[in-house]
Amino acid sequence: MAEAQFKVFRGEGAKGELFEFPVEVTEGMVVLDAVQQIQSRHANDLAVRWNCRAGKCGSCSAEVNGKPRLMCMTRMDELSLDVPVLIEPMRGFPHMKDLVTDVSRNYEINKKIRPLTPKPRETDGTYRMQQEDIERIQEFHKCIECFLCQNVCHVIRDHSVKEFAGPRFLIRIASLAMHPLDTLNRLKELKDVFGLGYCNITKCCTEVCPENIKITDNGIIPLKERVAGAFYDPLAWLWKNLTSNSKKIPEKNK
Amino acid sequence: MQRNISIQHPNRSFLETTRIDNWWVGPLLTSIGLLAFIFYSTWAAFQNEHYQWGPYLSPFYAPLLEFEWWPLSPAFLILWAPAGFRFTCYYYRKAYYRSFFLTPSACAVGARPQKYRGERFLLVFQNLHRYFLYIALIFCVILSYDAIVSFSFENGLGVGVGSIIMTLNAVFLTAFTLGCNSLRHLVGGNVDCYSCASFGHQRYQAWKFVSLFNVHHNFWAWISLFWVGFTDLYIRLVSMNIITDYRIL
Repeated sequence: MAEAQFKVFRGEGAKGELFEFPVEVTEGMVVLDAVQQIQSRHANDLAVRWNCRAGKCGSCSAEVNGKPRLMCMTRMDELSLDVPVLIEPMRGFPHMKDLVTDVSRNYEINKKIRPLTPKPRETDGTYRMQQEDIERIQEFHKCIECFLCQNVCHVIRDHSVKEFAGPRFLIRIASLAMHPLDTLNRLKELKDVFGLGYCNITKCCTEVCPENIKITDNGIIPLKERVAGAFYDPLAWLWKNLTSNSKKIPEKNK
Repeated sequence: MQRNISIQHPNRSFLETTRIDNWWVGPLLTSIGLLAFIFYSTWAAFQNEHYQWGPYLSPFYAPLLEFEWWPLSPAFLILWAPAGFRFTCYYYRKAYYRSFFLTPSACAVGARPQKYRGERFLLVFQNLHRYFLYIALIFCVILSYDAIVSFSFENGLGVGVGSIIMTLNAVFLTAFTLGCNSLRHLVGGNVDCYSCASFGHQRYQAWKFVSLFNVHHNFWAWISLFWVGFTDLYIRLVSMNIITDYRIL
């Protein structure tokens, strides 16, 4: 049975230390198994969040050898065991204890997003949508809220821009803005409240997404194009002013 | 249990990371590739000669705009348009924000410290990408025409190595342009309910078609960048009699 060395960040608040632990590696093992082995054999008070062990609850987000990953979806056989495996908490959020961080800011941002406001039901009391209408937003609904994208985004991680909602919530807004039933125009708040312009599309959010959601290409860039059309396109602005009667403008242009 | 080094958490200093892979290779290669193209294309534009041979015309000089009132190389009359298209392209933005601006150079690597404003204020002009797209679409037609003309030699129709190179150049540039995110938005990405909108089904099909190219936008961006430079180099070398254009047919 192979043995690996793990360096695990331990501490409370903003300060901590790396502790080295031996781990017995077995076939099919993932990093979360190793962390739980450390917890059971060497450090019973090691704080770590986990739940489903199947990459669907988004609880065990951490940084493995410096890369934001879900521990339960990171197989040991994809890591080099020649050097100690480094496990750290997500650096984009305030540290609480050991591998646990305070992600509550995310829930505060979420509260600011206006919920789906559907158009009236059809005469038979139903809503009808075609597959082609909802195909795009189905991808966004795969999000498990692991917040790895929020963690890796340099706007939050390095620059601490409070006005920026972050990739996860831009994807949530995209799923509402592109919804065929939604009636709200969300472009102004995207620009002014959720700070879409802060994103410089360096695509780290897409790189770390465990659900392989094309966050930038399919979510953020289409939103940027919509905002560009509404606020930064001089010809579109001219056309709108020449042709529109503000009283007749619907809340959302279909 | 062994105690080891201490670290502060969080640590956000410039280029700080605990990644153990070669994360710097990507931005380094991107920098080298982009700088090589910028230097070569600028040099080629200043040359103002050896851009034509037989039916071949360098894409740096296409369409050929020669005016008496313009004292500089004709390349400068057109190069601003493709340069603007690439500079404001969403893929290239990622590439140079990472490689040159270092915001960040790689994921989970400390970004360059600055008063970060994103694509607001000075960089708000990036939103004009769609206007460069309109011009780029015209260039696709012009370069395709030049590619067709490249099969027409003095002694009749034929196929030279240069004809194939120019044809591939038009194909690569068109594939790059067809994958443009602004085009994807304009053809159908701005529609929320395809089954309700006018020509909704057609726009959905158009959106899906552009999405096919958009998925590989970075590939088309690099291959078209390399090939446009290579096309100019080939025609330049043939024109300078350093190499001979081989006639296949």
